[in-house]
Amino acid sequence: MDETHEPALADPADAAAHGAAAHDEHTAHDVAKHIRAYLMVGATLLLFTAITVFLSYVNFGTQKANVAVAMLVATFKAGLVAAIFMHLSNEKRMIYRILIFTFFFVLGLFWLTYLAWYDPITTR
Amino acid sequence: MDASSGLATQPHAEHDPHHHDDVHDHHELPFWRKYIISTDHKVIGIQYGITGLIFLFFGFSLMMLMRWQLAYPGQPVPVIGNLLGRMFGPGAVENGHLTSEFYNSLGAMHGTIMIFLGIVPIAFAAFGNFVVPLQIGAPDMAFPKINMASYQAFFFGGIVMLISFFVPGGAAKGGWTSYTPLSVLADKGPTYDPFWNGQTLWLVGFILLITSSLLGAVNFIATIIQLRAKGMTWMRLPFFVWAQFVTAFLLLLAFPPLESAVVMQLMDRLAGTSFFLPSGLVVNGAPVHVSGGGSPLLWQHLFWFLGHPEVYVLILPGMGIVAEVIANNTRKPLWGYKSLVFAALVLGFLSFLVWAHHMYLTGMGSVVSAFFQTTTVIISIPSVIILSAFFISLWGGSIRFNVPMLFATAFLPMFGIGGLTGIPLAFNSADLYLHDTYYVIAHFHYIVAPGTIFAVFAGIYFWFPKATGRRMNEFWGKVHFWPSLICMNIIFLPMFLQGMLGMHRRWYDGGQGWNLANEKVWGLTGFEWNTPISIAAWVMGLAQIPFIINFFWSMKRGEKVGINPWEATTLEWTAPSPPPHGNFATTLVVYRGPYEYSLPGRETDFTMQDEPMRESDRKAYEAAAAVH
Amino acid sequence: MEIPYTVTARPDTGLWNAKVGIWLFLASEVMLFGGLFSAYVFLRLDAEPGAWPHGLLNVPVGTMNTAILIASSVTVVMAWASLKMRKFRAYWWYMLVTILCGVIFLGVKLVYEWPQKFDHFGAFIKKDALEKYEPYLGNHHLAEKGLPQRTEISGHLHNKEALNDPNVKEYEIALDPVNADPTNPNMDRPHFLYVPPTDKIATIEKEDVEYANMFLPKHSAYFASYFTITGLHGAHVLGGVIIFTYLWLPVGTKLYKRNPEHLANRVEVAGLFWHFVDLVWIFVFPLFYLL
Repeated sequence: MDETHEPALADPADAAAHGAAAHDEHTAHDVAKHIRAYLMVGATLLLFTAITVFLSYVNFGTQKANVAVAMLVATFKAGLVAAIFMHLSNEKRMIYRILIFTFFFVLGLFWLTYLAWYDPITTR
Repeated sequence: MDASSGLATQPHAEHDPHHHDDVHDHHELPFWRKYIISTDHKVIGIQYGITGLIFLFFGFSLMMLMRWQLAYPGQPVPVIGNLLGRMFGPGAVENGHLTSEFYNSLGAMHGTIMIFLGIVPIAFAAFGNFVVPLQIGAPDMAFPKINMASYQAFFFGGIVMLISFFVPGGAAKGGWTSYTPLSVLADKGPTYDPFWNGQTLWLVGFILLITSSLLGAVNFIATIIQLRAKGMTWMRLPFFVWAQFVTAFLLLLAFPPLESAVVMQLMDRLAGTSFFLPSGLVVNGAPVHVSGGGSPLLWQHLFWFLGHPEVYVLILPGMGIVAEVIANNTRKPLWGYKSLVFAALVLGFLSFLVWAHHMYLTGMGSVVSAFFQTTTVIISIPSVIILSAFFISLWGGSIRFNVPMLFATAFLPMFGIGGLTGIPLAFNSADLYLHDTYYVIAHFHYIVAPGTIFAVFAGIYFWFPKATGRRMNEFWGKVHFWPSLICMNIIFLPMFLQGMLGMHRRWYDGGQGWNLANEKVWGLTGFEWNTPISIAAWVMGLAQIPFIINFFWSMKRGEKVGINPWEATTLEWTAPSPPPHGNFATTLVVYRGPYEYSLPGRETDFTMQDEPMRESDRKAYEAAAAVH
Repeated sequence: MEIPYTVTARPDTGLWNAKVGIWLFLASEVMLFGGLFSAYVFLRLDAEPGAWPHGLLNVPVGTMNTAILIASSVTVVMAWASLKMRKFRAYWWYMLVTILCGVIFLGVKLVYEWPQKFDHFGAFIKKDALEKYEPYLGNHHLAEKGLPQRTEISGHLHNKEALNDPNVKEYEIALDPVNADPTNPNMDRPHFLYVPPTDKIATIEKEDVEYANMFLPKHSAYFASYFTITGLHGAHVLGGVIIFTYLWLPVGTKLYKRNPEHLANRVEVAGLFWHFVDLVWIFVFPLFYLL
């Protein structure tokens, strides 16, 4: 009929995968290896903070271009924080699933709000 | 959320260090720890349920008052008129009749209380708390203390809302949607007190309620992900758990934008900002002294970003309850379990992309309105899938028409009417005419009143034996059901007619002063229809008395029943009634899906989820698979 | 039965409960700040050209605060790593630095940046009076260059009583450099360093003023969103500091002795929250200070 009715016995392949999952919990050894990365990311973030400030003094032609450049740098920095400090570069599938939806809805909120502003029935 | 991937729970309890076989909490806790600040999910569920029911009746009472004003505008309220005058002051009730300000307060608070203090706490928080951990075989929620905090935040939010009735100027008057700039400027007269006024308290209460919902939602999702019993794979979850899971996600992701909007409106009221006040605003002929530069539309966007998912927050738990009751009382598996689950997921997903169909009248352009019309029409598909699956489930079943089943079967056509009448509202062209008329009122009340609230009643009658060990009286249950069903329809069916006549939902005098309300339909004018509607509303109020008496009487003196009085299959019916702290005496193992009724080769017509597989089951499943 | 997976991971999801919980909570936080930022976008797009202020905040101080927050993000992840390696002393120190960073950030905000704004004054001139105040606004110069016009005159308000007293008919302002020397090309794109008001005094008649106020939230849509977003962000910083202090106090030591992994998990969860707060600031800083 469907999988609902299969007995709940461990599939050997699945069990192996779960064993692996249990292993990639951070052990002391793994953590020691990551410390260098944490410090490097910290330094990069500071560097890019300086770059953002510098870029804001540069005139990229239009205000929009300046905003775009600054947001690009900020997104890169935020990506670093999320990927390395928050361990999102190596996280469990369930977390990704939750975040993908969140990310999508946030974009929807921004985009549709913008669209509704952009396309009114009356001219302003 | 993709159910087909490898999320299945596998045997693992062997190396679980926290594994205890005995129920550990034997010592008696003092009363206040056991019932007031308990961290037990069942106690919290019951707290939510009883508080929610009280608020539900209170919110309904506000409406019964309004119905007097609508049917007999300007006439003093009989019997309790003077009492009301003394309670709410002469600004609210003048010589026994309701003032227009008080009428607006009643309307705004009816909506707020029914939705955020009545239905969400009952359908989501109460049933979710009580039933979900039991159904997935968990000892409690994942974060019991957060669970307690969630109830307390809700409780204080409710108290703040109630207090707002008694501050100068009365409770919030800007409608349950609190549209700006009206709501930002409300009460800002010469005696304006920045904090002690209805609208500000409404906002403060709202922040507490949102906090409560967020804490609850985090807890529900974490519980369902983490605490499923051994063998309880995603596709073996009862549909009720799925419905709660999707609902929790809606609350988790849709409420925060409204919270940000509430914070901004609070800033507007307390710090004098202009988030929602446009430049050049003139009130009573004088310019408002604010910086301006804000946008009233911004509030509407952020409000409806919650507001529409909220509709599914209201209906999905109801659908979940109805699914359980129908499967149990038709004595056959729920039809199309998989399609139900995916429909619920799609429903949840799409509900985030339809919000601006509440805002067609704000003058959005053709591109945006085409987008929202499309998504709105698409979202009707999963709703129809769910409803159809329920109807098909009835087919060929040997139905037991007990009280829960009566309410559940009544849910189906009522929700159907509510859903189908929503389709005209999905289209810009029709909506521009029907917007804010009684048609809209009738449409969404058909979904939440005889829809969700009937589902809630079905759930109360259904799970009452689990919570108390006693069954509610069937006869008085029927006395509760039939008048409620009849009155619901007498109330809401004529409202479609009134709405199509063009009667506006916020008219204080019921349409007496407007010409278009004087057209006749079915022998009565739009205005005259108010009278039968109001009478039906009061009769329905009376019809709740048997329920209230039955509820409390059955707690003490109802017929004692065993742990599985309905002969159901899901895990909550394997726990003692009422379940002790920690729920189950042994570690559960789940072997099969949630609705194994009338399995061939079995002695009984129900097979519990934790009953081990037999050779005959295997044959039956193979035979069933061959047919499909 | 006790609640399982409070410390160890559930095999099939690979997660312990609090980790699922914190990520769900952060998802809702994303939506909360998403709502606020989309409001910011909405208001900014809705504003009249040139009406969105520019360069009113103190960039060096803001940059410093950004650096402090980033540093604290590094130390909190180091604190967690130390716990994982069972080096409790190192954890204790890293945590202390994190808490101090949080406190400094809040201190700078509440003691220095905000009060400085509350003490600053701005008056928006009515459209038909713009010509009268041309020496302070320099709109002819701006029009030549194709730039949007200025409508606000800002600086230090000498006669504070003018704000509330209807009998006082004018504002007396020690002008900001931008209004003292409006035709200076350096002022076309207002610079960001905080410069004290000049000693050039201007008198502005109240009847020419559309709206005037201190740099409070009610001053403009810009300051409304600035104070609301940084205020809410500050509340998050405060929450983080309180949680870290709780984990750093002897309570944490006791938990470490009982179950070091449990403390590491708690620090990880608190750390995830802290990184998120840092992440929000990474967007707040350019949006309000630089653009």
